Amino acid sequence: MSALASTNPNERARGGIAAWPPLLRILTLATTVAVAFGLYLGLFYAGTDIDQGQVQRIFYIHLSAFTGAFIAFCGTVLGGIQYLRTRNVQWDSIALAGAEIGLALSILNLVTGMIWARPIWNTWWTWDPRLTSAAIMCLTYAAYLMLRTGIENAEQRRRFASIYGILAITTVILTLVITRIRPDTIHPVVIGPSVQNPNAEGAFEFSERMSMTIGINSAIWSTLVPVTLMWHRVRLQNLVERVNALKAEILNK
Amino acid sequence: MNTPFIQAVLAILRKDLRTELRSRELVSSMGLFALLSILIFSFALELDRIARQEAISGVLWVTVIFASILGLNRSLAMERDQGNLDAMLLAPINRAAIFLGKLIGNYLFALAVGLLLLPVMTILFNMPLLQPWLLLILLLGTLGFSTIGTLLATMTVQTRTRESLLPIVMLPVALPVLLSAVMASTSILDNVPLDDWIAWPQILVVVDIIYLILCFLLFEFVIEE
Repeated sequence: MSALASTNPNERARGGIAAWPPLLRILTLATTVAVAFGLYLGLFYAGTDIDQGQVQRIFYIHLSAFTGAFIAFCGTVLGGIQYLRTRNVQWDSIALAGAEIGLALSILNLVTGMIWARPIWNTWWTWDPRLTSAAIMCLTYAAYLMLRTGIENAEQRRRFASIYGILAITTVILTLVITRIRPDTIHPVVIGPSVQNPNAEGAFEFSERMSMTIGINSAIWSTLVPVTLMWHRVRLQNLVERVNALKAEILNK
Repeated sequence: MNTPFIQAVLAILRKDLRTELRSRELVSSMGLFALLSILIFSFALELDRIARQEAISGVLWVTVIFASILGLNRSLAMERDQGNLDAMLLAPINRAAIFLGKLIGNYLFALAVGLLLLPVMTILFNMPLLQPWLLLILLLGTLGFSTIGTLLATMTVQTRTRESLLPIVMLPVALPVLLSAVMASTSILDNVPLDDWIAWPQILVVVDIIYLILCFLLFEFVIEE
């Protein structure tokens, strides 16, 4: 198999096409260490919240996962715009990777939010504007993936996916701003210079250690995590296309 | 030599209006669907007086958006099935003119259904829906739906799953329009002071403009072939 896959002698020397590029190895290691470090900060370094207790610690992942998803979705927009401009397939792979990784991270965001909400709001789910818009945001990117599977022509699929990926960012922006335009939300407003929402249930004061933990965690999750995961996904996509090309080659023989 | 932009837009619009006048296919199916939908809603939600007050604008907008989806699917499927889309692509006109022409047509049909619903719902639910402000919200809201709908329907009619895909891709993207339209209409019907809800029509205008520009620019990528 590897003899078939790596027709390029350089590739074979590096252990075939399946080997990770050196920079990706370093990034993967760095991401693993950084995420572990962030978890350590969240679980041990930051103090326990005086009102909410231990469950508040899940917030460090909850917020960070959203920042990561946001960056990944921005990658989808960038990939879409660049694909439409240059028609380079790599940009579309980036857009696809962004949508998938963003979807995974925003589902993580939803699930951690639900685990937090169970003891604090006494319910897993409530039809709060923020929660609803976040769920719809997930569905938008699920629709993006469905749109892709519905189109057989590869060029058309990339083109339409790019367009939809650009439009889909509106639901992400809506999720970001909705706690400001809908004052009846009970979701705490965390990012940005805002007075604490009087309706918010379960908001908390930050100690210095907590702010630092939030800062470091969201920095890790908004840079290393989406970049590393997207790179792996782009690589996978390239391999898939390589396999398809090889299959077509063998069938034509 | 390109046909002037406005002339191309008007020609496409005239074609759509004439087809519609002769077949009455779109507005009749959309209108019938919309009427059925509000009747079904009144059963399903058991709309008594209080429930009506709370749910009426939601019922109105959900009906309008589903009726729009129905019309959009037909409108673009017709272009595709009868080879008209290819003919328009061959014609020496600006691609954006195709978008604008289809958009205005779809907008007028969606608006017609909305305008039909207002008096009907006023009578059936005994709610004062015929108000100038609500009319303005209807104008803005259907414009938003039609804009993204025209772009996305042109895309989805070219896919394998066709009709079933449009609601899936359109509803989430239409959410900002739906949200602000519903919020504004609810406030109008609750007689909330103007200052408290004027932000919603403003947001609606901004969202409409963003979508118009975005879809106008993106449309040429949908139909290049």
